[in-house]
Amino acid sequence: MGYSGKFSGWRVLKEGLTGNKGWQGHWREVQPKPEYDLVIIGGGGHGLSTAYYLAKNHGLTNVAVLEKGYLGGGNVGRNTTIVRANYFLQGNSEFYSHSLKLWEGLEEDLNYNVMHSQRGLINLFHSDGQRDAFARRGNMMINQGDDAVLLDREGVRKHLPYLDFEQTRFPIYGGLMHPRGGTARHDAVAWGYARGASDRGVDLVQNCEVTGIDIEDGVVKGVQTSRGPIRAKKVGIIVAGRSGQVAAMAGRRLPIESHVLQAFVTEGLKPVIDHVVSFGMGHFYISQSDKGGLVFGGDLDFYASYAQRGNLPMKEHVMEAGMTLMPMIGKAKVLRSWGGIMDMTPDGSPIIDRIDGIDGLYIDCGWNYGGFKAVPASGWCMAHLMATDRPHEVAEKFRLDRFRTGVGIMDEEGTGAQHNLH
Amino acid sequence: MRITCPICGERDRREFYYVGDAVALSRPDPDDGDIAWDDYVHNRDNPAGVTRDLWYHEGGCGAWLVVTRNTVTHEVLQTELASDAKEAMA
Repeated sequence: MGYSGKFSGWRVLKEGLTGNKGWQGHWREVQPKPEYDLVIIGGGGHGLSTAYYLAKNHGLTNVAVLEKGYLGGGNVGRNTTIVRANYFLQGNSEFYSHSLKLWEGLEEDLNYNVMHSQRGLINLFHSDGQRDAFARRGNMMINQGDDAVLLDREGVRKHLPYLDFEQTRFPIYGGLMHPRGGTARHDAVAWGYARGASDRGVDLVQNCEVTGIDIEDGVVKGVQTSRGPIRAKKVGIIVAGRSGQVAAMAGRRLPIESHVLQAFVTEGLKPVIDHVVSFGMGHFYISQSDKGGLVFGGDLDFYASYAQRGNLPMKEHVMEAGMTLMPMIGKAKVLRSWGGIMDMTPDGSPIIDRIDGIDGLYIDCGWNYGGFKAVPASGWCMAHLMATDRPHEVAEKFRLDRFRTGVGIMDEEGTGAQHNLH
Repeated sequence: MRITCPICGERDRREFYYVGDAVALSRPDPDDGDIAWDDYVHNRDNPAGVTRDLWYHEGGCGAWLVVTRNTVTHEVLQTELASDAKEAMA
């Protein structure tokens, strides 16, 4: 496989016996060329997977990914790593279903161990009404071709005996289990896509900040960067929380407000939590990483922020919710916490679309707090859109104009399609 | 983050409900059309830096506030009553 060489058991053995001197970098160091067919702004998970599928599915390799920092240094390098396809609404449902199928073949496709672990995800419910809603969601998941199992209290107890089932505020009635849900090693996903794209000829340019987008008579001509101008026939904006700033370079405002979402990791512990457990009533979810750390998070801080750190009230809320659900974690020590910049849309669903009125400019954004699991399908569909100028069938509802027209709003939570409600 | 309510003084952030961008102070006319209303309801400048947003002192006096704030540092620069801010714009 070109530059970096294929991974295999034999190679690990051989390198192990010869001092591990044969390993090389996973992608080529490059200087940006003055012109490309396509330029991707943003070297995160979505940008790298887009570049990979442009090369692999569409044979487009005269492509550059421009990253202002280092590859995979944003949300794909800091998240709670959950992979699932348990969406309810048409539009989201087929997209995340497609993404999960790509996850299931990803390691073989990339020849890269992304440590995808389908350990099962359990969403807890705490009332009869919630049970009905979860039963309906489970049926939607099954209709989509994915898997769902409705568990009663004893069914949950079998899997998660350590929960406090009798808590007075939210006694546990049962859970909706999604056996194919799980986690993956977040950095490896970015690295695997980067290696695959680089091996196929895509230039991955780090420390290259885009400072302007050149548009003449409504047609994209290229970008200005901290490393000089780069001409391009097509430009894709895939910058998550920074979408507002980059779209402004093209004179556009987006239906996006960037918020902070905090997450936490404890010291490494022996295996204790085998699943991904989601406690929606407490805005709390948790899993255990392969290193042993408990990885958990809660809800947004709920104010616009680019600080990449949150405030104490939400930390306290998350800790309280964790203690309510599983008192056993009380003595685990929190090792670190961080805050990611979430590109929140009014309806909580993403956007993969052309930017109307500017030929050759495309945007992939609005992943809210669920972008990690979408990395494969987002790249797949964005590459399809940029290569063919037509939306991919599983992402055709991710339109930018749905907020203006009101047609196709995908408010998965049913809280209303306006900022500050998701 | 602490916010100074012009009526109650400096208070914990938890007393305040965040509404969003202070765009609500300049609502379009009902007949301005879908583009103006889409812009008002959905589209945002979303600045990394100084922004003005609308907060409600839910756990205090119930006043609507315009908070000028830095989204990168979380520094609160200024707080004023939304009614005063609206008058100043007129």
